Amino acid sequence: MAGMADMAEDHRFHLDVGSRFENIELVQVVLRDALERLGLDDDGRHWVDVAVREAIANAIKHGNGQDPRKQVHVDLLVDGDDLVIRIGDEGAGFDPARIHDPLAPENLLRPNGRGIFYMKSFMDEIHYGARPGGGTLVTLRKRLTRPPQSPDSSLEEGPA
Amino acid sequence: MKVTKRQKGDVTIIDLDGKITIGAGDLALRNAVQDALGSGATNVLINMSRVSTIDSSGVGELVSAYTTATNRGAKVKLTSLPAKVNDILTITQLITVFDVYDREDEAVASFA
Repeated sequence: MAGMADMAEDHRFHLDVGSRFENIELVQVVLRDALERLGLDDDGRHWVDVAVREAIANAIKHGNGQDPRKQVHVDLLVDGDDLVIRIGDEGAGFDPARIHDPLAPENLLRPNGRGIFYMKSFMDEIHYGARPGGGTLVTLRKRLTRPPQSPDSSLEEGPA
Repeated sequence: MKVTKRQKGDVTIIDLDGKITIGAGDLALRNAVQDALGSGATNVLINMSRVSTIDSSGVGELVSAYTTATNRGAKVKLTSLPAKVNDILTITQLITVFDVYDREDEAVASFA
């Protein structure tokens, strides 16, 4: 049986894609495969998929300004019990504090400004920082739930 | 995303099939709603039953459809939301803004 370290190696991937929205679908194919192999169920895969879509869309639109010569950098890895997905752009940087609250009554009918909110809703942690070499790096983290223990091991660990 | 339009009495029904996501599905939704309103429709029902994924751009287009219609004195309503689309609209509290119906026939009847 593979240990966590082996598992981390097995599922890690790195992709650089040009700033075109259709490339989101390309990343999804690779991402979905990795999430399935990591044991996420249908719902789990769907919500991580939505969060990553938002992050890549932001990188393409707001980070790289849809300049197809600029790339979006996607990394997936397993860090301890966490699934970690990093999405970097080559833009001028971004201050998440400038984003308005999409739930405020005055913002409810705005057509934009919900992407980061969805990312926060569907992941356990999200962090914005500077990407080494320029641009913005958003890090998304999701706890991987452990498979239930076998009846034998739970007997061993249960009260006598 | 595939978009088809049909008419039931004085209600224009837009059937969406696929992903309402940035760069393609969101634009298809915008065009379909603008076409309907531009050709004089005042009762527009969006059937979401075959929507597999929606992102913030797709949600933004739904909001724009709603506000554009309201400003013109028209109505845009939604029907047959898959559970995950319902979740997306619920967490951003938009489920309280839109007129949402479980079944198409009750949605059509609601325009009367």
